[in-house]
Amino acid sequence: MAEVPLSRGTRAGLPPAVEVPGESALARALWGVRAYGFIAAMWVRSTMVYRASFAIMLLGSFAMTALDFVGIMIMFSHVDALGGFSLHEVALLYGTSATSLGLADLVLGSFDRVGTRVRDGTMDTMLVRPVPALAQVAADRFALRRLGRVAQSGLVLCWALSGVELVGSPLTPLLLAVTVLSGAAVFGAVFVVGGAFQFWAQDAAEVQNSFTYGGATMLEFPPTVFAKDLVRGVTFVIPLAFVNWLPVLRMLGRDDPLRLPGWVDFAGPAVAVACCALAGLAWRAGLRAYRSTGS
Amino acid sequence: MRLHGVYFAVAAGSFRRYATYRIATAAGIFTNTVFGFILAYTFLALWSERPGLGGYDQAQALTFVWMGQAMLAAAALIGGGFQDELQERIRTGDVVIDLYRPVDLQLWWLTADLGRAAFHLLGRGIVPVAVGAFFFELALPSSPLVWLAFLVSVTLGVVTGFGLRYLFALSAFWLLDGSGLNMLSTLLSMFFSGMLLPLTVFPGVFGEVVRMLPWAATMQVPVDVLLGEYRGAEVLDAFGFQAVWALALLAAGRALQSLATRKVVVQGG
Repeated sequence: MAEVPLSRGTRAGLPPAVEVPGESALARALWGVRAYGFIAAMWVRSTMVYRASFAIMLLGSFAMTALDFVGIMIMFSHVDALGGFSLHEVALLYGTSATSLGLADLVLGSFDRVGTRVRDGTMDTMLVRPVPALAQVAADRFALRRLGRVAQSGLVLCWALSGVELVGSPLTPLLLAVTVLSGAAVFGAVFVVGGAFQFWAQDAAEVQNSFTYGGATMLEFPPTVFAKDLVRGVTFVIPLAFVNWLPVLRMLGRDDPLRLPGWVDFAGPAVAVACCALAGLAWRAGLRAYRSTGS
Repeated sequence: MRLHGVYFAVAAGSFRRYATYRIATAAGIFTNTVFGFILAYTFLALWSERPGLGGYDQAQALTFVWMGQAMLAAAALIGGGFQDELQERIRTGDVVIDLYRPVDLQLWWLTADLGRAAFHLLGRGIVPVAVGAFFFELALPSSPLVWLAFLVSVTLGVVTGFGLRYLFALSAFWLLDGSGLNMLSTLLSMFFSGMLLPLTVFPGVFGEVVRMLPWAATMQVPVDVLLGEYRGAEVLDAFGFQAVWALALLAAGRALQSLATRKVVVQGG
């Protein structure tokens, strides 16, 4: 499949004379990333035709998540602390969780369309193109407006940092950056697993909202708010606690409710890598299980 | 008499159409239940700090969460419903077919939306509330009369929500791409219906204004009816509030529709 030649500059999305690589795994992966870039750039160009519409959607995306935070602020207009955490501390949780989800949504937010593509048969088109299906699905309808969500949560994160005393070493800013990025990778893995699941259950795209948006909403609040079994579930079953709870609790100098050993707070990147590997396997299994509609 | 039959058939067809997607329904139930748990715990934390906030005790606040999840799909509080489909028909021109049918465009979509809402209320509403009642102490009423009043209020709420969404949907006659305004519609509904937080918790004058807006009729009022916040004949005031908004919005939709259809040009013959 990888040897299919592309003619010079015939397709709008691809620049002329793209070299399709050989069989090595690394070359294929790099090619997948490049192809993702081409397809995403094509969608950006196509959105930019309607600039006013794009501006409205960008603002809307910003406002949509901002309302979540307004909700939290209304809560704090009645109380000084929620689960023992102040507004700035909750804002730190909100900022890290929402920024991670925002980044994952920006890069991989189109996986809920897999079910539709399986149902109407357009998944076939993706499989005959000389680009990995994962890269194509990920870049499908790439929406730059999702930057609005990232910007909003980034602002909340900055505001939170201006109001809390972080304990720890000079490495704390690095820990924060690594936390947000590995959190994004964990959410990204959840998006991919959700996409793979739709090969079997096409109409079940909504289930992944429970883990992505539901998970992110949960992580916006301190773990002390939730029942211990629920906290255990998002630590050991779906490892969302590593997205922000464990590292941020350490930065705030708080104990985690499950009393895990201290080194676990730094396990975020390792957990993220494991999640991505599992998601890759799930995607392969899903793709193998795919039967075309035959139309 | 004949026409009544048509609208009834539209509603029944819409009900059956949504009932066909069983896996999607199961997925929806699962998601509503997960969100119910998450919100229930945050509400528990808030109400244990401030008992009686917004006039609710803890059990009532939890009931608010679970009823909100039960009504989410039925009242199309965060999107869903008919507007994407109608807008697509306007964009492609298929709406012309709808217009030369011997039925009223607004009533057609209203009855279709009521059929959908009926399915979503039963199919996606009952299980999350049952799960919620199993794990938390809820303040569900025992009197069948209150449940009946709740059903009336939900129906009025769905009609009010339809009135709002119909206005947004018709904007496609002018804009063709309605996605920006749809997003605005979802935003307003999420914030002002009570989905995010009960409107009784919104502070000061802002709260008072918010509780008078039509979005309050879509979720806040029905849940308050269920929670017994309206005593005796006060329920009629609640129905009145909803009915006034529903009628005003339907009338506005009708006016906008006659403006819109005046500019439809059918190509060819």
